[in-house]
Amino acid sequence: MSAARFAPSALDALGDVADGATVMIGGFGPAGQPTDLVEALLEQGASDLVVVSNNAGNGDDPLARLIQRGRVAKMVCSFPRQVDSWHFDSAYRSGAVELELVPQGNLAERIRAAGAGIGAFYTPTGFGTPLAEGKEHRRIDGVDHVLEYPIHADVALVRADRADGVGNLVYRKTARNFGPIMTAAARRAVVQVREVVPTGTLDPEAVVTPGIYVDAVVEIAGNATIAMKESA
Amino acid sequence: MTTTETAARRAPLTKAQIAARVADEIPDGSYVNLGIGLPTLVADHLATGRGITLHTENGMLGMGPSPEPDDVDPDLVNAGKIPVTELPGASYFHQADSFAMMRGGHIDVCVLGAFQVSATGDLANWSTGAPDAVPAVGGAMDLAIGARRTVVMMNLLTKDGRPKLVERCTLPLTGVGCVSRIYTELAIIDVGPDGAHVVELFGTTHAELEKMLGLTLGPTLGRTR
Repeated sequence: MSAARFAPSALDALGDVADGATVMIGGFGPAGQPTDLVEALLEQGASDLVVVSNNAGNGDDPLARLIQRGRVAKMVCSFPRQVDSWHFDSAYRSGAVELELVPQGNLAERIRAAGAGIGAFYTPTGFGTPLAEGKEHRRIDGVDHVLEYPIHADVALVRADRADGVGNLVYRKTARNFGPIMTAAARRAVVQVREVVPTGTLDPEAVVTPGIYVDAVVEIAGNATIAMKESA
Repeated sequence: MTTTETAARRAPLTKAQIAARVADEIPDGSYVNLGIGLPTLVADHLATGRGITLHTENGMLGMGPSPEPDDVDPDLVNAGKIPVTELPGASYFHQADSFAMMRGGHIDVCVLGAFQVSATGDLANWSTGAPDAVPAVGGAMDLAIGARRTVVMMNLLTKDGRPKLVERCTLPLTGVGCVSRIYTELAIIDVGPDGAHVVELFGTTHAELEKMLGLTLGPTLGRTR
């Protein structure tokens, strides 16, 4: 994978996303949402998307609007229902968007497995529940396990706190959530950071996502979540 | 006078009393995950100095209480997306690590809410089964089967008076045989392969409880840890 490219805008960083692409979007609630990159995806225009994200949009945030505008064919997520997920709720009830509901740990491990080149894995989570119906299962050491497959993506949209010149990333608090595994699982990882710092200034012992996983970086002045808080 | 009859003279527990009782039975030094809803009340009763560390599934150990309004940090939330704080010794990690911690048996105790629990310890707490409901599961299934000990804190009856401890769950399952003990306003009850056994009663009798639940309950075993 070539070195990370530093883009002048979120739209430029996003690059070409094809219709029908699988797009991973980081974030857990407000923490770690790459709002500027999802806004750029809205503008870019790709449709018929498969979106992999823990949640399915809040209020009128960019992911919610992507769903509202009919650009998402399928959501792969663990917790779509929120008090303010009205765009997803309405699209789901009308059948406009398909839902693959995945237990959160299985979602995370399936994403991790994709980045790590694992073909499939057995997990006890979900055995005997409706979410494991039709899946292969096996009893291992007296415990029933379900076979789960990795989730690959064409592109991952992630927010981190800082990047250095080679794309090494550090995150901030619980905004880390899906960032490290999504950057590894996608063929192309696009990251918005609060700040780009000179190479050599991040402590190599503290780098969370090594630059090898990162393809494009855009610096978005200020802090996206602070901006969200102020507009709330 | 039997233990059961003595117990019948007590009043049912309040939510705060149930939470205090759950907190009291968590061993010192435990790593603990508290589910969304009623179980979050347990945090208020965990005295500092007991060495108990709270895990939140979105990627943190050492979670502290809610911040003052001016100190809210949108990058620091719990599993319910509610702002929290970090305590000294806190750590952050990504989602796959966070769930590896659960699934790998590193979390000692998990306290969950429930719609139904079966006498054999099956748990239903993620779906009401309503056909038009928008489903959501989050980390419930991972938590239920991953923690070394999973207990449930709930009201014993639904708002319209139906038992939530049942012979067999009728709602979609979260996990099979994963619950060890339930804490309710009227009783603490152990569940598992041998069925349901009363541990302690509050404002009811063994016979009344069996009638209310339509279940045969094992004998009161006395307070145990």
